Amino acid sequence: MKIIEVENLVKKFGSFVANDHLTFSVDEGEIYGFLGANGAGKTTAMKILCGLSSPTSGKVMVAGYDVYHQTEMIKKRIGYMSQRFSLFEDLSVWENFQFFGGIYGLSPAKIRERTTELLGRLGLESEKKQILGSLPLGWKQKLAFSVAIIHRPSIVFLDEPTGGVDPITRRQFWEIIYETASQGITVFVTTHYMDEAEYCRRVSIMADGKIVALDTPANLKTKYNAANIEGVFLKIARN
Amino acid sequence: MRGFIIKEFYHIFRDIRSMVVLFGMPVIQVLLFGFALSTEVKNAPIAIIDHSNDQVTRAITTKLLSSGFFILSDQVPGEGHIEEVFRHGKVKEVIVFESDFASKLEKDRQAGIQIIADASDPNTANLVVSYTSAIIGDYQQEYLKGMSLPVTVRTESQMMYNPALKSVFMFVPGVITILLMLITAMMTSISIARENELGTMEILLVSPMRPIQIIAGKVLPYVLLAFTNALIILLLSYFVLGMPVKGSLVLLLAESLLFIVMALSLGIFISTVSNSQQMAMMLSMFALMLPTILLSGFIFPIENMPVPLQIFSNIMPPRWFIIIVKSIMIKGLGFKYIWKETLIIAGMAVFFIALSIRKFKIRLE
Repeated sequence: MKIIEVENLVKKFGSFVANDHLTFSVDEGEIYGFLGANGAGKTTAMKILCGLSSPTSGKVMVAGYDVYHQTEMIKKRIGYMSQRFSLFEDLSVWENFQFFGGIYGLSPAKIRERTTELLGRLGLESEKKQILGSLPLGWKQKLAFSVAIIHRPSIVFLDEPTGGVDPITRRQFWEIIYETASQGITVFVTTHYMDEAEYCRRVSIMADGKIVALDTPANLKTKYNAANIEGVFLKIARN
Repeated sequence: MRGFIIKEFYHIFRDIRSMVVLFGMPVIQVLLFGFALSTEVKNAPIAIIDHSNDQVTRAITTKLLSSGFFILSDQVPGEGHIEEVFRHGKVKEVIVFESDFASKLEKDRQAGIQIIADASDPNTANLVVSYTSAIIGDYQQEYLKGMSLPVTVRTESQMMYNPALKSVFMFVPGVITILLMLITAMMTSISIARENELGTMEILLVSPMRPIQIIAGKVLPYVLLAFTNALIILLLSYFVLGMPVKGSLVLLLAESLLFIVMALSLGIFISTVSNSQQMAMMLSMFALMLPTILLSGFIFPIENMPVPLQIFSNIMPPRWFIIIVKSIMIKGLGFKYIWKETLIIAGMAVFFIALSIRKFKIRLE
């Protein structure tokens, strides 16, 4: 089943075309990498998929709902983690989970149950009373991801989730992403680390508002005759 | 929604700076304005040069010094030293009686007193001179008693609503206004700007919460805090400074609530046009604090301003709120005398809310 379906999506800001006839789809439970240089139009497309912005034209369906009229329904089914670390630094770990769980309308009992479960998976139960600002960035990043899936969304959007994190933590982060995907949650991720793109089932590469390549990492490497995705990316960027 | 409010209180109570602003400021400001910054003249040091030293000049001197407004500072050796005395800044005023004062008064029916004041502080100089003239005028009345004289006009002034001319009466409404404005507008604009800056606003907007719920959740705690503050200020000014509340307390609190809502909507508006906490802070300072203090009629009477500024002061919300507070607290007037000001503030609140909603929508696009 397709969880995201996009056909001929166009987004214009005045005369500037940020998204130029994008067409792609994402399967349920897939890890989909959304790549592109800065300013290629990734963030704009992602905002439209999250219901933060509406498209100029084109068909966009997320989790079976239409982004023009059903953004409220979409918002209940998605999770989002932004490139800027975005939990509340002056609240404790526990309080952050409480707050975000509450926003998604979970009952206090559910919140408690899921928080315990998610913290257990991260091995951070003993830190739950800690004020978030005092924790290392890698932990915060993992916590932010856990908060983004506390309401068990169908899709989770990750906007450069591993920016500024050390390689070991990045590795652990991707393990969590895999685990999440194996539970049936679709992961839609943007990243600047080309080695991370290799972890995705399929990737699309954007340039100047268009999707110029879309396939599995292996197929892309063959097609562009490159040793890795970084090579593919550079070849595309040079054209 | 409840979670939202709890979270906002965590933010406030865990940040020492905002706690100081919220609860330290009102107390300090009220006490400062109430006690330290007073426009009344009490015990102003003066010097007297008496060239005649007769019973009349001595009587006037005694009357001046017993009034409580003045105390006699150092003796000035002679008129040549007056400037030197002023330069030392020790005295506010020098009074010079001409020689043969009493006999001139008898014979010529007039005698001269020279009053020289240090006008480097014009307000005080003005007050000191007018107090002195009034006391001398008073003596004159007594002196003339029993004498048959041509018709004299006697003015008798009465200060309505604030007979003792206490400056507290003037400051308290202003301080309430400034603090409500500052706490609500500045704190809300900063707290919303902070969420924008940290990126948490994005997460909130992606959630199923509606923007209006997000904003309401953010500002409600500040309504509560500002209202608590209004109560603290009123209690302090009533019990510590002796400020009366002649009108209805309920009306006063209701009007305060309206003003708080207005300041909130202004704060939300500021946050929608600023993209960092710093900018929100600067905007609140320059766009709110200074005009509130300078143009609201709090310190400087609006009637004395140049016409363009007078017109400009009309769009200052605090100007109208100060009128409301004064009317209720000091004059004891009811709603029918202040409905116009109330309407203006309500109108401003609606205007800023509408404007912020528009701004907010544009940003989301």
